[in-house]
Amino acid sequence: MANTDNILEVKNLKKYFDMGRGSVLKAVDNVSFSIKRGETFGLVGESGCGKSTTGRTIIRLYGATEGQVLFNGQDVHKMGGRDLRSFNRKMQMIFQDPYASLNPRMTVGDIIGEGIDIHKLMAGRQRQERIYSLLETVGLNSEHASRFPHEFSGGQRQRIGIARALAIEPEFIIADEPISALDVSIQAQVVNLMKELQEERGLTYLFIAHDLAMVKHISDRIGVMYLGSLVEVAEGNELYRKPLHPYTQALLSAIPIPDPEIERTRERIILEGDVPSPINPPSGCRFRTRCPKAMPECAQIVPELKEVEPNHHVACLLYS
Amino acid sequence: MNNILEVKDLKVSFHTYAGEIQAVRGVTFNLKKGEALAIVGESGCGKSVTSQAIMRLIATPPGEIKSGSSILFDGKTDIVKLTDKEMESVRGSEMGMIFQDPMTSLNPTMKVGAQITEGLIKHQGLSKQAARERAIEMLRLVGMPNPEARIDQYPHQFSGGMRQRVMIAIALACNPKLLIADEPTTALDVTIQAQIIDLMRDLQEKTGASIIIITHDLGVVADIAQRVVVMYAGKVVEQGSVDDIFYNPQHPYTWGLLRSVPRLDNDEKEPLVPIEGTPPDLFAPPKGCAFAARCPYAMEICLESDPEIENVSAGHSAACWLLHPNAPKVERPVEVGGHHNG
Repeated sequence: MANTDNILEVKNLKKYFDMGRGSVLKAVDNVSFSIKRGETFGLVGESGCGKSTTGRTIIRLYGATEGQVLFNGQDVHKMGGRDLRSFNRKMQMIFQDPYASLNPRMTVGDIIGEGIDIHKLMAGRQRQERIYSLLETVGLNSEHASRFPHEFSGGQRQRIGIARALAIEPEFIIADEPISALDVSIQAQVVNLMKELQEERGLTYLFIAHDLAMVKHISDRIGVMYLGSLVEVAEGNELYRKPLHPYTQALLSAIPIPDPEIERTRERIILEGDVPSPINPPSGCRFRTRCPKAMPECAQIVPELKEVEPNHHVACLLYS
Repeated sequence: MNNILEVKDLKVSFHTYAGEIQAVRGVTFNLKKGEALAIVGESGCGKSVTSQAIMRLIATPPGEIKSGSSILFDGKTDIVKLTDKEMESVRGSEMGMIFQDPMTSLNPTMKVGAQITEGLIKHQGLSKQAARERAIEMLRLVGMPNPEARIDQYPHQFSGGMRQRVMIAIALACNPKLLIADEPTTALDVTIQAQIIDLMRDLQEKTGASIIIITHDLGVVADIAQRVVVMYAGKVVEQGSVDDIFYNPQHPYTWGLLRSVPRLDNDEKEPLVPIEGTPPDLFAPPKGCAFAARCPYAMEICLESDPEIENVSAGHSAACWLLHPNAPKVERPVEVGGHHNG
């Protein structure tokens, strides 16, 4: 079964949080997907859909409740000792909030060098040179190494976060909303930088974000999540041109396009109500309470993610 | 009198220990009755300060609306000259405001009903009972299910989208002539954003209120606005109808804004065109055009002196030296405006 093209395989991953008094929050519930070496996989969905929890469980910031995460064929959640150390080098993460994710008491040089120290990759002059070259790679310069995070703007801090992730030469980077906190003109700078780095270094990205236009721009394939489940996976343009799941259709139609002429004539699918609580999610298909196309059987059967067209997977009873 | 609002040469500064920040540096624009105007720009460009000045919500000190500024409301009142007491009767009854974060802008210790009726009792002199009935009616108008029960609930019992609906109900309760919405959908998910924008458009048609919407999202602008004001570093760099701005933009900053966002309906994966660099420091704004340092078309004159506002066509103007008759002709980047794909 092991597919060597896939750097990452997520199989029936579940992450539940115990909320006390017997209630359980099912943040990620039976999610499966795989990511090919060198590709960018985008994970989109609205707040609380479990996209960040999925990312954090993949990199083992959270233990999995059930299911497997296979990285280069090895189960991440069963690793120990040397394997785990090597995994920690190969997978890195970039966080959303460039203000909260850098230690304010450390210099930028030490923030970037921390991974190099922990993994004992280099020391002294060599380490210093490496930090300088990383700063230049991300569009900063060597003088910045002795400064502290508060001296930088949001966009620059995110560049520092990227330099830190690159320091130990990972193969795989999880970027969790890396640009949401940045202004639009700065977002483009960071996204272009991430794309350049990917081309130069053959990196694989899991790009988690709620901005579907940006995700589509950077990703090869996109997974759409709703309330802890993956409802659709397809290549970006295919997903935009031919969304199959009613949630994907509504999500796409809700995004305003910066073109007044298109906006004047566009028909919008407006979803009623709010996302239900993941503590007591609806039975069957979790989207059925807001779905304009819901049928009686949607309450009984949990739809499985199936390939209904080449490389286009959807979890919806309308297609089975 | 066709204009509900005439902002003229508005200058707002904040006095801090580090010096004076010139947050708004001479902003002029008009808002017609029944029109929806969007103010766009990046953080720190002065768009929120402008709207707060219109509502007179600038804390003084440290803030200061500079002399020479005028904000003419409904053809008669200069907001800048009103006393605090006089302003109180305008704010809430003739102007309503919706803030970005409905979590922090509602009072967590008051039932939402009391927050809606507060203005009705104060400004319109309604009895408690009449105000309550009107509040229920407002909640129904903004699409709140079961308003009779929800009026007695506290803000924490509402979701983000529902809280924003409560905010809109409060802002519209007294039938204001002007509604100012400062990033009303930024904290919301896209499907909820679509609900709120739909609601605002609908309410504008029903009540005839004029709207100023402050946003950084060009998609939202295209969706709701008729006119657009583009701000940069405390100044208006371009303004015009929504079609002028999207299909015939004149200022390199507007070009930059339009080119830096990916479009969902674009199949091509050409790299985004970012605006290099960062906005200037408003403690010491540059002598010339504030955008010159980041502008790929900057000329010597741009660094020396600030360009005048030039009219492009009726209602469309921009402040850029490229519009000067003696300036070299610049080919506008093709990706801008009217660019459709497939």
